[in-house]
Amino acid sequence: MAGIPLSHGLLVAVVLFALGLVGVLARRNLVFMLMSIEIMLNAAGLAFIAGGARWAQPDGQIMFILVLTLAAAEVSVGLALILALYHRLETLDADAADKLKG
Amino acid sequence: MLALLWLTPALPLLGFVILFATAGRLPASAVAAVGVGSVGLSAVIALIITASFLTTPPEGDFYRQVLWRWIAIGSFNPEVAFRLDPLSLVMMLVITFVGFLIHLYSSEFMAGDEGYSRFFASMNLFVAAMLILVLADDLLLLYAGWEGVGLCSYLLIGFWYRDPANGAAARKAFIVTRIGDTAMVVGLILLFTRLGTLAIPELMERAPQAWPAGSATATAAAALLLGGALGKSAQIPLQTWLPDAMAGPTPVSALIHAATMVTAGVYLIARTHVLFELAPAIQLAVAAIGAATLLLAAFSALNQHDFKRILAYSTISQIGYMFLALGAGAWTAAIFHFMTHAFFKALLFLAAGAVMMCIGDEHDIFRMGGLWRRLPLAFASFLIGAASLAALPLVTAGFYSKDMILWGAWTSGRGGPALWAAGLIGALVTAIYIFRAVFVVFFGEMQIAARSRYGWRIAVPLGVLSVLALGGGFVETPAALGHVEAFSRLLEAVLPTQREVAAAPATQATVMAIASFAALAGVFIAYLVYLRRVRAATILDTSAVQRLHRFWLAGWGFDWLYDRVLVRPFLWFAQLNRDDAVDAVYDGVAFSSRVSHAYLSRTQTGRVRWYAGWLVAGSLAAIAIAVFA
Amino acid sequence: MTAAFYVSAAIAVLSTVMAITRADAVHALLYLVVSLLAAASIFYVLGAPFAAVLEVIIYAGAIMVLFVFVVMMLNLGQAATIQERSWIKPRMWIGPAALTAVLMAEVAYVLWASRKGNFAGANVIEAEQVGIAFFGPYLLAVELASMLLLAGLVAACHLGRGDERK
Repeated sequence: MAGIPLSHGLLVAVVLFALGLVGVLARRNLVFMLMSIEIMLNAAGLAFIAGGARWAQPDGQIMFILVLTLAAAEVSVGLALILALYHRLETLDADAADKLKG
Repeated sequence: MLALLWLTPALPLLGFVILFATAGRLPASAVAAVGVGSVGLSAVIALIITASFLTTPPEGDFYRQVLWRWIAIGSFNPEVAFRLDPLSLVMMLVITFVGFLIHLYSSEFMAGDEGYSRFFASMNLFVAAMLILVLADDLLLLYAGWEGVGLCSYLLIGFWYRDPANGAAARKAFIVTRIGDTAMVVGLILLFTRLGTLAIPELMERAPQAWPAGSATATAAAALLLGGALGKSAQIPLQTWLPDAMAGPTPVSALIHAATMVTAGVYLIARTHVLFELAPAIQLAVAAIGAATLLLAAFSALNQHDFKRILAYSTISQIGYMFLALGAGAWTAAIFHFMTHAFFKALLFLAAGAVMMCIGDEHDIFRMGGLWRRLPLAFASFLIGAASLAALPLVTAGFYSKDMILWGAWTSGRGGPALWAAGLIGALVTAIYIFRAVFVVFFGEMQIAARSRYGWRIAVPLGVLSVLALGGGFVETPAALGHVEAFSRLLEAVLPTQREVAAAPATQATVMAIASFAALAGVFIAYLVYLRRVRAATILDTSAVQRLHRFWLAGWGFDWLYDRVLVRPFLWFAQLNRDDAVDAVYDGVAFSSRVSHAYLSRTQTGRVRWYAGWLVAGSLAAIAIAVFA
Repeated sequence: MTAAFYVSAAIAVLSTVMAITRADAVHALLYLVVSLLAAASIFYVLGAPFAAVLEVIIYAGAIMVLFVFVVMMLNLGQAATIQERSWIKPRMWIGPAALTAVLMAEVAYVLWASRKGNFAGANVIEAEQVGIAFFGPYLLAVELASMLLLAGLVAACHLGRGDERK
């Protein structure tokens, strides 16, 4: 089994990461922003898996699992924040929460 | 018994700590017990020490008690040590004894004041600091006491701090004396760098070896120490603070601004007399300043309306006498006059305070009158004090000490008759101004009712001080009158006796008779002008005399002069200096940060996506550097 | 297997593009699930079956279900979709796209430089190896991860209680 060129695997990861980044920057809805962050985290996990596969070591998967843990914790807190914010501002517009304006 | 010496300053200090730490939570009776008791115990210990010192004099006529070493820096090892010799013994006795009487008086005088505890705390601290000053074996420790009494003076002048005028008076006293203190510090540093020590005995030993008489360094050192003494003792040109210091409570004026603290300058000069003998020019300056001050202040006292200001100017004038004596080399006479002055001036202040208390805090003497019948004890005490101040012959203490000063001035090599003449004119004016106060306040028509009476705690100090003001002089009488020399023999070990000038006792008797005549003449003039109101006195109402009167009332215009010459140019310069180039730099920093703040704060949009975008841009730039560079 | 990788990669990219451009949150979530499943198959192809299983169970399963719950609780409805559509304008994609293009260029440069001789997925790494590594050298990381999850739990619990002062 010859496998896949590492650069192709990483390319897929980068494309997914870039799409998530575009989503974070372009969308105003907080739920969509959080989803985009999940895409970026998943892309980072994919890059770890690809790297681990290249060297035939389990470390890549371990990093992926840690990223997964991080994602789980981040989503739970993030969603709770979105709910709290929605209760307070009655909107999901990220630009509405601009009290820190200088 | 001499080992108890450290207790004399320690007890008032302990009293201060107790009163200060409890911060007015103690009941008034406990405050009085602590405040008066600590000084009283201190006075008892001082008496025991004195008895022990006189009956079994220690070797070399001094006793040194080292408490601890202050610091050790190379060869600089100042010790906290007390030195008891006849000079400090006299000072200590007067301070504790007069201090105790004034504390006792205050316990009634200040009753009901909201700052009762604060008052006694400050007074106790003052007594402790003053004792440290006079007992110090080291100029450094002396300076610590010196500043301590200055602090207490500030605290007590501004005691009734709710009136801004009192605060201003306190600040004035502090700042003016600070000028002298600064000179004194420079003098101490000069002495230390040149002679390598600040211990007084070593200094006095090394100075004559290091410097010939009249050398520039000795002159500079003596001049700088004199600067400190001028500030503390309110002599020209630093005398302006003392009349304003009367803003404090009357017992404070009696203790600090008459009997003890203001004579610290006299003590300092007497203590370092070796230095002044090495600098004849400065010693002559001391005498000249003393003579000028005593005349200026006496004429000012002649024109005051405020009861306490008369006594304040009188104090300046009497310290002028002491400086005159110091300058003439009559060291013992100066200390003798310090002692008698402490008695009669404290008596005058306390009697005046009792009068003013009984008539509802009225200070203007022309609104009083005829009070002798209503306040007989206060009248008798004041009369005794006035007689002693005016040096009425034979029966008063002031007569003997002032006579000693005048005789010292007459026989001194420098100035001689000129200094004597100044002292004589001063004696005449002194008698006039103090009996003016006596006649105006206690005789004539009664204009104001005496409302309250005073209790034993005011009466006892008045009585005791009256006795001292009369009898305190008999420890030293001139050759023509019994020739008692107890006082000068006591001080022999510390202060050199004046060079004996070959003068017949007859000359001395003549000089004394002239001085006595001047004093009596002064009383008579005061009687004619202020009680009988003879027709010749109408000359006082002419405009020229009135103008002179206003000039003297304002203390010869020194405040006005200093305001124009020093304060206003300084303020003008400070105003001018506000917008200088240095400021522009700092203003520029402030301006640029304000402008950059205005621009940078626009980037704070509060929009999360905006922040994220810049975060990404920054990360990309960092990656670009890592990848391409 | 190579073909499976490229097909999965294409599906993942396309469904992600769809996910970030949808106006309806539920539609976006469904596309996201598809994207995650495609990523899982990529993991499998790269020789990481354990990671692929976890991707399906936790990411596509648990986390996405959490999203669905939240969208349900928000109860956005038709009005929110219309508003969302008004926010999605062609102009707003320009800035993010430009930044992303720079990112792509930088990574492409790196990948181009190291394109030769690197092949991945020749060996399969089983769950056993992963587990041994996990509870061997990475024990501390596991503990830290557990702390992180606990912190997330506490935070979510606290924030989710809402404003009780009202």
